[in-house]
Amino acid sequence: MDLYEYQGRALFERHGVPVLDGGVATTPEEARELAERLGGKVVVKAQVKVGGRGKAGGVKLADGADEAFARATDILGMDIKGHTVHKVMLSVTADIAEEYYFSFLLDRANRTFLCIASTAGGMEIEQVADEDPDKVLKLPIDAIKGVDETVAGEIADRAGFPADLRDQLVNMFVKLWAAFVAEDATLVEVNPLARIGDGTVLALDAKVTLDENAGFRHPQHEEYVDVNAVDPLEQAAKEKDLNYVKLDGNVGIIGNGAGLVMSTLDVVAYAGENYGGMKPANFLDIGGGASAEVMANGLEIVLGDADVKSVFVNVFGGITACDEVANGIVQALAMLASRGEEVTKPLVVRLDGNNAEEGRRILDEANHPLVQRVDTMDGAADKAAQLAAQGA
Amino acid sequence: MAIFLTENSKVIVQGMTGSEGMKHTRRMLASGTNVVGGVNPRKAGTKVDFDGTSLPVFATVAEAMAETGADVSVLFVPPAFTKAAVIEAIDAEIPLAVVITEGVPVHDSVSFWAHAGAKGNKTRIIGPNCPGLQSPGKANAGIIPADITGAGKIGLVSKSGTLTYQLMYELRDIGFSTAVGIGGDPVIGTTHIDCLKAFEADPETEAIVMIGEIGGDAEERAAEFIAEHVTKPVVAYIAGFTAPPGKTMGHAGAIISGSAGTADAKKVALEAAGVKVGKTPSETAKLMREVVRGL
Repeated sequence: MDLYEYQGRALFERHGVPVLDGGVATTPEEARELAERLGGKVVVKAQVKVGGRGKAGGVKLADGADEAFARATDILGMDIKGHTVHKVMLSVTADIAEEYYFSFLLDRANRTFLCIASTAGGMEIEQVADEDPDKVLKLPIDAIKGVDETVAGEIADRAGFPADLRDQLVNMFVKLWAAFVAEDATLVEVNPLARIGDGTVLALDAKVTLDENAGFRHPQHEEYVDVNAVDPLEQAAKEKDLNYVKLDGNVGIIGNGAGLVMSTLDVVAYAGENYGGMKPANFLDIGGGASAEVMANGLEIVLGDADVKSVFVNVFGGITACDEVANGIVQALAMLASRGEEVTKPLVVRLDGNNAEEGRRILDEANHPLVQRVDTMDGAADKAAQLAAQGA
Repeated sequence: MAIFLTENSKVIVQGMTGSEGMKHTRRMLASGTNVVGGVNPRKAGTKVDFDGTSLPVFATVAEAMAETGADVSVLFVPPAFTKAAVIEAIDAEIPLAVVITEGVPVHDSVSFWAHAGAKGNKTRIIGPNCPGLQSPGKANAGIIPADITGAGKIGLVSKSGTLTYQLMYELRDIGFSTAVGIGGDPVIGTTHIDCLKAFEADPETEAIVMIGEIGGDAEERAAEFIAEHVTKPVVAYIAGFTAPPGKTMGHAGAIISGSAGTADAKKVALEAAGVKVGKTPSETAKLMREVVRGL
């Protein structure tokens, strides 16, 4: 889960990382009050999880509370690359003397953590690494030992940071590491990390990604879930404990197992090329044990998507037996009918693997007018795409 | 032969007395796997009956190994306790630990991986978030259904459970030496490369199916390895060509970050290494069938 800058700033502050005084506002009035408290010149920054907000006009200077009100009025509600601005962050201004780059992150390939540090900050680190690789230090971090003052000092020296800043930097790196570990982050990035006019070192930006798998030991991370940005169908699916991602096509997808569902999306998109570019409408993995209730919940979410014109249920019976899945589908349709939800969209069902024949027999016997059985994944994808094109 | 898991493997189950542990221990036993006991400190000294087979519960992995000669542990331990359980298995120096658990925090996986390294990598870790591995007709360590296929000449390595079952099913008439589900997490103990290396050395394996998905660059690195070190034919399948960037697709590791980790990049790298890449699971099975016919 990626955090907004204001959330990252607050997280840094909580862990003792030096940041500029600031706060967040959701209305121009709140921005005015905040600017009054901060005093003098402030920066008003759109809070969006996408780069390039400065160029889009989402970052403005304001001199005093009235200007902060005006700038917040301009920025709130703006659309930046498809992201609506619901919040602005305000901070006092800084007299920047030099800009650096610093991050701790998960290094998947080497199965460890990595520190990236550079005296060239303020721009994309990938760009610096391409143009001037000598200016970028990449140092693997021993996950058991972590980052103490010795390691932090080594980072500061090897990255070529000014010697007179060493103590401040060591302090900041140790605290950033503590935050990285304590919050189960997979990224903490400071860009720019700045030396301001009076020689103080500050984190001027805060980019933080948290590991959702670690949510069970961080109940407070719930507050970072972004209700404004979450698709309502994704929200409804989450409440039912379903693994669902909304996409932009017309063929609803239900399957078991993340890999098989990803594969189903691809196969449907290939088949859709023959029917005017039909595409999958969603990712939905109902997991190993596809009970009738889980199937009903899944169907309810997928059928509730107005974009969906047909549904492809793709199940390979591994641990789950296909007869149970078939019963699940039949019961789910009955359950939806009893909930008063009229099902009008065609379903294409492919069952294979464990007890597939019995599962197919159950579907045939139920003879539901909207359910069609196709026994290969490629064939079923083709049928589902065709039906979606007819319904679209 | 097969890889990592043979008819001589003696399996213990960490978390055997939980519901998933019970269910899959029963299934492993039913498939003929030599399961010799479980580990749960709170139930140590008791016995659990599985349809007539009575299995002892030990307090620790070390004790279970000393008493039974176990050399494989399968872990069905909840995410909050997985790190401690894997570290216990590493400290006991069990040769193979298969971590089925889904939802392990990545800091914990990095931590137990570092611990394994510090202890000299005496324990091969498979997973987490994986279905385990199966050498059909010999042994089954995990949750892969045992009745899909029998022993044969294909080796399989996959990030995905259901796609593993799908490919095993489509190629069931040929059969498999070993199928290894390495898991869909960003940090895993056994990689595509580890399995490719083992299959290359395994006389029973004549051809290899490799299944990958979006996220990370494990498939690209596997492609480099294949080009240099694998002489046996490899057929691959990659899932997630139509997945949008920035969204986690079910598996914690299945995410395209910026322009990195796309299915296209993986396909291009594999094809450059001479690997045939199927467009769909069925086409992949067909490609493998042609390869086997030519052996």
